[in-house]
Amino acid sequence: MKKIILSLTIVFICFVVVIFSLGLKTKKIYDTKDLVGKPIPLIDLKLLNSEKTFKTSDLKKNDFTLINFWASWCAPCRKEHKYLIQLSKDLKILGVNFKDDKQKANKFIKKLGNPYNLIATDKDGKKSIYFGVYGIPETILVDKELKIIKKYIGPINENDVKKILKIINN
Amino acid sequence: MNKIKVFITILLAFNIYFSDLLSEEKINNQIYKNLRCIVCQGQSIADSNSDFAQTIKSVVNDKLSEGMNEKEVYHFLSEKYGDWILFDPPVKKKTYLLWSLPYIFFVIGGIAILFIFKKVLKHKKY
Amino acid sequence: MISEFGNLTVVLSILTSFFLIIFSIIELKNNNSYPSIKLRNFSILQLIFTNLSFLTLLMGYLISDFSIENVYENSHTEKPLLYKISGVWGNHEGSLLLWINVLVLFSFLFFSKNFKKNKKFQLLTLIFQNILILGFFIFLFATSNPFNKIFPIPSEGLGLNPILQDPALAIHPPLLYLGFVGSSIYFSAALASLISRYNGKDFAIISKPWVLVSWIFQTLGILVGSIWAYYELGWGGYWFWDPVENSSLIPWFLMTALLHSILVLEKRSGIYLWVVVLSILTFTMSVTGTFLVRSGILNSVHTFANDPTRGLYILIFLSAMIFSSIYIFYKYSPIENRSFNLFSKEFFIIINNWFMSFFLITVLIGTVYPIFLEVLTSQKISIGPPYYNAILAPFLIPLLFLMAYGPTTSWIISRQFKTKKIIYNLFLSIVITSIIILTINQKNFLINVLLIASVYLILQNIIGIYKNTKKNSGKPSTPNLASAISHVGFGLLIFFISLNSVTSVGHDLNIKAGEKKSLENFDITLEELKVFNEKNYKKFVGNIVVLNKKTNNIERLKPEIRIYKNPETITYEASIRSNIFSDTYVTMSNISKSEFYNIKFQKKPFMNLIWFSTILIVLGGMLRLISKKI
Repeated sequence: MKKIILSLTIVFICFVVVIFSLGLKTKKIYDTKDLVGKPIPLIDLKLLNSEKTFKTSDLKKNDFTLINFWASWCAPCRKEHKYLIQLSKDLKILGVNFKDDKQKANKFIKKLGNPYNLIATDKDGKKSIYFGVYGIPETILVDKELKIIKKYIGPINENDVKKILKIINN
Repeated sequence: MNKIKVFITILLAFNIYFSDLLSEEKINNQIYKNLRCIVCQGQSIADSNSDFAQTIKSVVNDKLSEGMNEKEVYHFLSEKYGDWILFDPPVKKKTYLLWSLPYIFFVIGGIAILFIFKKVLKHKKY
Repeated sequence: MISEFGNLTVVLSILTSFFLIIFSIIELKNNNSYPSIKLRNFSILQLIFTNLSFLTLLMGYLISDFSIENVYENSHTEKPLLYKISGVWGNHEGSLLLWINVLVLFSFLFFSKNFKKNKKFQLLTLIFQNILILGFFIFLFATSNPFNKIFPIPSEGLGLNPILQDPALAIHPPLLYLGFVGSSIYFSAALASLISRYNGKDFAIISKPWVLVSWIFQTLGILVGSIWAYYELGWGGYWFWDPVENSSLIPWFLMTALLHSILVLEKRSGIYLWVVVLSILTFTMSVTGTFLVRSGILNSVHTFANDPTRGLYILIFLSAMIFSSIYIFYKYSPIENRSFNLFSKEFFIIINNWFMSFFLITVLIGTVYPIFLEVLTSQKISIGPPYYNAILAPFLIPLLFLMAYGPTTSWIISRQFKTKKIIYNLFLSIVITSIIILTINQKNFLINVLLIASVYLILQNIIGIYKNTKKNSGKPSTPNLASAISHVGFGLLIFFISLNSVTSVGHDLNIKAGEKKSLENFDITLEELKVFNEKNYKKFVGNIVVLNKKTNNIERLKPEIRIYKNPETITYEASIRSNIFSDTYVTMSNISKSEFYNIKFQKKPFMNLIWFSTILIVLGGMLRLISKKI
């Protein structure tokens, strides 16, 4: 009896130590990668420069759509802008202008170019919650069924561009 | 003696009768407290001053006025942000152990104590 | 210069620890009846060197010597004196040095106080304690040396995180360390007692004051931490079930269980091994907590600078500690003869331990479960207050009743449960609680029962003391009085926490300067905002007027938004109007890109009484410590 308890205790403690040492290596920054594979919500979005609204279900007509959350006040958005322009040649991009001022947003586009086929606005940031966004820039690649294939938190880079192109060309 | 016992029973019954089993705290605040502000370090939405927390608060208010109940609000948000956002971990396959282990240990402890006193009872016989 | 001297003192401390171990091992084999005076001198020397290393670092902070990396990273010339001092332990390296100082202090005190006791037991305790000291010194030297130099020498330091610049937080770590690092001494003593086959009763008598001291400091440390969280973190809460808080609570549960068990062991044999297990667990859990907090394995409000190699070192050290303890325990544990009577004092103390273990295990599981889940399934979950409240709160009810009944029983002889004793007080407490419940219109069932149970505990103890005083011709026996004070304190604590949790009111308002918002019972006006330039920060002060519509009472509050320069941080200072029965708590934050301010207005009843109850718990412990018959 004593021996059984002893060996069980030792096995248990070893298990805990192994878990803890593995735990040291896990990433501490939370991301919403769990959303990959799930569809985006079917909601209406206001457009930035017109009174019309836009239904996300309309994106079904594209094979692939890139949804990019951005704002003129966000410095990393500036950094990723040229990659979006590069991507805009190959796929449709929906820009969601996040908690921003209309004039400043337009100025930003005028200065850096417009990669977006459509610009929707989310002035109070509430709509973005439906997409699981928590900080911009965020970029979501969806397919015909509106399923999320890729999700990028933070600015996209050259590598990401290559990966996205590879996905849509297959 | 017996009169007092009866009285206690009546009072307890009275207490139970007037209890709502649920706290009457304002539902919004209660929901805020149960949501993690995922852009902050370990704070709840209720505690955080961040932009993200403000937005989540107004979405929660919208959802409540749309007629969602507390559970549905949690479900809506955990679908978008994962169970990480809920401070009250839902009972699921992955949390069965979390919710049951404390009770299992409590029962094991009880059995151990019973075991000790059984020995005693046998010795003394009274 | 300071850096070199610091390193020298660390090396000298390491050497003395090493020699203490060697000499103790040699002396174990000779036939003298006492340890030699040489050992005692060495232990004095060790105390001097370690204290000196701490004072050296302190000196570095006081004169702002930025050639020391640690000072550069955590201090600033413009910082007030108090925070220059507290800056020493406001970071990982410095706090580790403080940690070692506590280890050495307890080693020295224990050794000199019990110099004439059983020699083998003394020497073994000294050896184990010094192995711990050596382990932590190596950790300090290898991964976290506070005396590392930086070149070129910076002209100015980076400053201390502003939320740590607070008097409560200045004394919080030393208190906690005296608590849970202090528990190292009975960890060492327990192992020594097993090997030297020390008498259980003597072990209980020798370790009791140390358990008591560490328990007092741990309780105080937790209290001060809560007070700090209450007004500094600006959320109006005082306990968040955050991993860091949990790791201070887990040793507290163990110390509390140990404190009670030792009382039994003093009088009765039969639970010696259990006391040894608890003694070992307390320090083991303290180190585990430190691992969880310092390695950055968990997400927490209180972050330390994270470094996985540090985590790995503590983990290896911890495993070594655990496995050697298990080895010693199984090799040397004697066979015990257990005999207890049902409903005797022993019985209730064992039940107390059962509950403490349950609380401890729940908190432990809640804290580490996310780590296990993430490693095994890479899924992340959060475990917050709702989990702990749901599991722990119902178990407080039987605990409170047992706490009320237990101390009234006598040692050994009680065999029957006495219903008559409890019925009148129970009746009285239900009447009192019903009146309270009706006045505050409270409908939560669990809370109502908790209130009844805590009122019952308070009544039972007060009446108990009254009877005891009468029986002993006007003077209560000190141990009884001490435990009654602590138990009344605990009853009051649960009572006020329960009431506070259901009577707190909170409102979240977005308001412009000059605007007034009307709530059910209050009118809140943000009159104006003023900007001030202070020494190391700029502050925006809001003038807020709260009008209580029922009483027409006006309160003025001035919450602040502070923008610190070194390092650049924004903090939100709560403004609290506090009186005995209720606090008014207001925080203010700016909403980006708008002229609105977010005002959190809260009414928090009984906060001061919650603090007071905890102090009462500590007072009971202190009384027991200073009384002769401890």
